[in-house]
Amino acid sequence: MTDGWFAGLEPGDTEAAAASIREGTAEEPADWPALAVQAGFAEDEASYYRLLRAATVAAASAAATERERADDRQLVHAVRVMDDCREAANGLAERVAEWGGSRDADAGAGLDYARELADSEPSDPVDRRVASLARRVVDLDEERERLRRFVERTAPEVAPNLTAMAGPVLAARLIALAGGLAALAKKPSGTVQVLGAEDALFAHLRGSAPSPKHGIIYTHEYVRGTAREQRGSAARALAGKLAIAARVDHYSGERKPELETELDARIGRIREREGGT
Amino acid sequence: MTLPEGVERRSFEGRERLATSGPPAYGEPVVDGWRLWDAGRSKLGAMLDGGFDTGLRGGETVLYLGAAAGTTVSHVADFAGPTYAVEFAARPMRDLLSVARDRENLFPLLTDARRPETYAHVVEPVDVVIQDVATRGQARVALENRRFLGTDGRLIAAIKARSEDATRDPAPVFEDAVAELETGYEVLETGRLEPSHADHLGVVARPEDGTF
Repeated sequence: MTDGWFAGLEPGDTEAAAASIREGTAEEPADWPALAVQAGFAEDEASYYRLLRAATVAAASAAATERERADDRQLVHAVRVMDDCREAANGLAERVAEWGGSRDADAGAGLDYARELADSEPSDPVDRRVASLARRVVDLDEERERLRRFVERTAPEVAPNLTAMAGPVLAARLIALAGGLAALAKKPSGTVQVLGAEDALFAHLRGSAPSPKHGIIYTHEYVRGTAREQRGSAARALAGKLAIAARVDHYSGERKPELETELDARIGRIREREGGT
Repeated sequence: MTLPEGVERRSFEGRERLATSGPPAYGEPVVDGWRLWDAGRSKLGAMLDGGFDTGLRGGETVLYLGAAAGTTVSHVADFAGPTYAVEFAARPMRDLLSVARDRENLFPLLTDARRPETYAHVVEPVDVVIQDVATRGQARVALENRRFLGTDGRLIAAIKARSEDATRDPAPVFEDAVAELETGYEVLETGRLEPSHADHLGVVARPEDGTF
């Protein structure tokens, strides 16, 4: 016989009761109200239900808060810093290569060269500065990698449907570009389609360029992997479903796997039009 | 079909609509203390409105799976007894909590309806399981939660075809779901919930004794 949620609890200790509601388990239900009265936990059924209600409300509220703390603002910060780290690491890696090249004709280039130098321990004071700078570059690159893993963990909690469809990094970038999940959920799909292509969009509005077919969603396989003539259609279909996914994530949070199935089918039809990809 | 006690047809702007009596929950119209229960927004509402023989009389102990923001569950708690409301997503739970705040007999649980062992230490055996979960494997969820029902218990479920397979025609999806349900339940009544809920099948069933 397993224990009910109230086993070993003091009747007034709502915090411990909430923890027991959240962490406890039982294979089978039992007549908990009667058992609780029998055990002396509650005087009668009515007082049992009062205690149960206080405990379930506290447990659900704490659990919801905990899940929401991994909220969209944290995701936005993380993905922005992730991109900054990459940019800074690449920029500084160039400086390292430039500086290193002035000391050594065989100097390499890019992050690989910075990694190579970071492991060296030169005695010359100038070479020591270059190696030290190279270590900062490697640190930044490692930080970028850790941030990417954080984004991959957090995005599915913040926006499960959007993440399932776009992947965690693109989902996070869309949320960041819109300025939050709530803001993204309010955007029409045409705006989602060109998020991240603002320069091209304004050039088009000034009359000096064609309208952009896609923004950041270009990184999605469904756009990039579709033949050029059909890419606009693919981008439109993808943006439409992403906009719906963002709304579901913001307003209900419920998982709707059928959104992905519908998108898969739609992209399949678009790609058939061109006779394969 | 008779409505459970506590559910009535009342006049809203000249039309007879379902209503329950209780604290307002989500901005629904209220006339003389009776809250409009919109069958277009609630699958259980559509089943009652459409004449399903749900077996509900009022005052039952209820386990509600897939409570979402608590629209339907607020009406259920109005006419039922102790009502356990399971919802898996954190965001709608916020709204559900505010519905629960005004209702002494509503117990919210933030957990996964596919894992009854995470709430069987809280939920007592119930008279009715009401299920509205938009997840793949809806029949499986009903079978897993059969443990909460006695032999006289009722399962009232809304099966959503597109959650099982969005590309298949709904009719065979429903056939498969009902066939799977019949491995543990005796299905008493089924019916489509069109036009208010496209591609949904309403099901009333009772646990099959002896099996499982």
